[in-house]
Formats: sequence, structure tokens, C-alpha cells
Amino acid sequence: MKLNFSIYRYNPDVDNAPRMQDYQLEVEEGRDMMVLDALIQLKEQDSTLVFRRSCREGVCGSDGLNMNGKNGLACITPVSALGKGKIVIRPLPGLPVVRDLVVDMSQFYTQYEKIKPYLINDDKQPPAREYLQSPEEREKLDGLYECILCACCSTACPSFWWNPDKFIGPAGLLHAYRFLADSRDTATEQRLSELDDAFSVFRCHGIMNCVSVCPKGLNPTKAIGQIKSMLLQRAV
Amino acid sequence: MVINQASLKRDGVQDWVSLRATAVIITFFSLYMVWFFVSTPQVTFEIWQGLFSALWMKVFTFATLVCIMIHVRIGLWQVLSDYVKNARLRVLLQYLMNLLAFAYVLVGLFVLWGV
Repeated sequence: MKLNFSIYRYNPDVDNAPRMQDYQLEVEEGRDMMVLDALIQLKEQDSTLVFRRSCREGVCGSDGLNMNGKNGLACITPVSALGKGKIVIRPLPGLPVVRDLVVDMSQFYTQYEKIKPYLINDDKQPPAREYLQSPEEREKLDGLYECILCACCSTACPSFWWNPDKFIGPAGLLHAYRFLADSRDTATEQRLSELDDAFSVFRCHGIMNCVSVCPKGLNPTKAIGQIKSMLLQRAV
Repeated sequence: MVINQASLKRDGVQDWVSLRATAVIITFFSLYMVWFFVSTPQVTFEIWQGLFSALWMKVFTFATLVCIMIHVRIGLWQVLSDYVKNARLRVLLQYLMNLLAFAYVLVGLFVLWGV
């Protein structure tokens, strides 16, 4: 069985413009494989093909790619899930391309940094051992802490494409709500006041592309809705 | 607690609430007009004029026109600030579109006044 690929190629040191390059891979009949395994085999054919990967099991978030028009992690996307035709692989949309399938994530990380992704607790008398949470308080973090920052969601969001310098993006906002919902964090007012402008949160129009592409099955739109509600309650 | 930043100047929360509040009025007006056309077998000039001669309908229509103006003002600002990166062109387009939305309100007011 032959698998056909069309892969985005661009080396700014050599190429004037990006191009799509066709590849073919011979695989055993009826055998499935992950897109990352196919890419690794293609790299044996053409060692100049560049992509990121690390854990190979959907934990590190390094190999976020656009496969047949939809963002996802190459290591947990089976080739069979992409249909029978040619598989088109591009870098994550909206971010500057460093080379081939590798993008510059600086804008994404800058937005993530803005939300202060760490616990802030100004408790004057911290407990001797650790801050305790009830099971109910801990449960509020489910569906939030699992984000691996692969950027599949933010780079599928048109609002992030148009305003990557001002809109935090779904991944950053999911993390923002993770700390707003945390009973151990005392900086709720500070966090909300930093998000209270026309762009940081409110550029989300709830089209749910982020939910559709999240490889971990998370729901950033719901978290963003919770932040909007908190901002509204704070204003009225 | 009303926070100055969130209540007086235009910001995300205010825009978000305004868009939804105006959308409710616009939706009710649209539904009422659909119901009017569905429930009226033949729309004659007299029936059409009679509909808009009632004071409540004049107020409802004018309120809807104002809501459309507010909705357009915020919605188009969001669209233009997404797609038009040249600041001068964006401001010019915003100015023209706001003017157009205001003209709709004025024309609507004069039409209602004359019924």
C-alpha cells in the first residue's frame, strides 16, 4: 500500500518562497501508523525534512501540525483518520515558519506569560506544610490543568491569527481560568483587571475551533465563557 | 462593586453586554415582523400604515434602529480592527460606517414621524 503525502517545505536560507513537496511511503497492506511515524520514515528518505517531536505519545505537545486542514498532534493522529487520499501536512497556521514544519512559538508563549501562569498567594501566614484543597475545590481544575501547550487551539483561532499581540488566545485563557478557579490563588482581582480590556478575552467570539482541534479533548471556549462571566460580575 | 475602568469608558465587558442587549431587541423586532407578515394574508398600504401609526410600534421601531446603530458600531469596530491593519484606512471606514448607521436612524425617525 502506498501513502501519498504533500508536505509544506520552506528553508529561508535557500528558498525564495514556500512550496509543497510530494512524498510517497510504502507500507504493509492493512497496517496503520501515526502521522509522526510516517514523517520519521519520510525523513529517512529525505533528511532535509524538518519537524519537531519529542515524547511521541501526546504528552509533550511538540508535534502540533496542520493535517488535511485540521490542527492536531502528529504522534496521536492515525494516518487512517485522515482519509484515503493524499495527506497534506502544513505547519500550524498563523505563526511565523522557522523551517518546514517548525514554527516560531514566541507570540504564543508571550501571551501565555501575560496571564502569570503560576499560583499567586499573598497569605501572610502560609501553612507549615502545603495548601490543602477539598475534593470539590480540586475538581474545579479538571479539564483545565491537562493542557500541554501544543498551540493547536490558538493557531486554529482566527482571532489569534489577526491579533496575536493582543488576544491571549484559547490556550492562554484556559490556563488563566485554571488559576482563577484555583482556591489556593489569591490574585483573582489582579488577574481579572489585567484581562479587562477589549482584546485579551473579548476577541473570543465563541466559534469553538479550539474545542474542535484540542488533542486532549479540553474545552477552552467554556473556560473563556467563565472568565467573561467573572469580568461581568465584577463590573455590575 | 462598580469599577470605574469597567463602567465609564468603552471596554470589552461593556461592548459584550451592549452587543447582546441590542441583539435581544433586534431579534424581538425581527420575530414580530415575521409574525406580522405570516399572520397578515394581504399587506395593503392601509394595514402597513396602521401598523406603524401606533405609538408603541413607533417606539419599538425607533428603539430597534438605535439598537442596530449600537450593534453596528461595536460589531464593525471588531471586524475592521481584525481585517484592516492600516490605522488611517480603518478609522476612515469606521467613520463612514458610523455615519451611515446614524443616517439610518435619522431616516427611520423622519419616516416614523411622517406616518
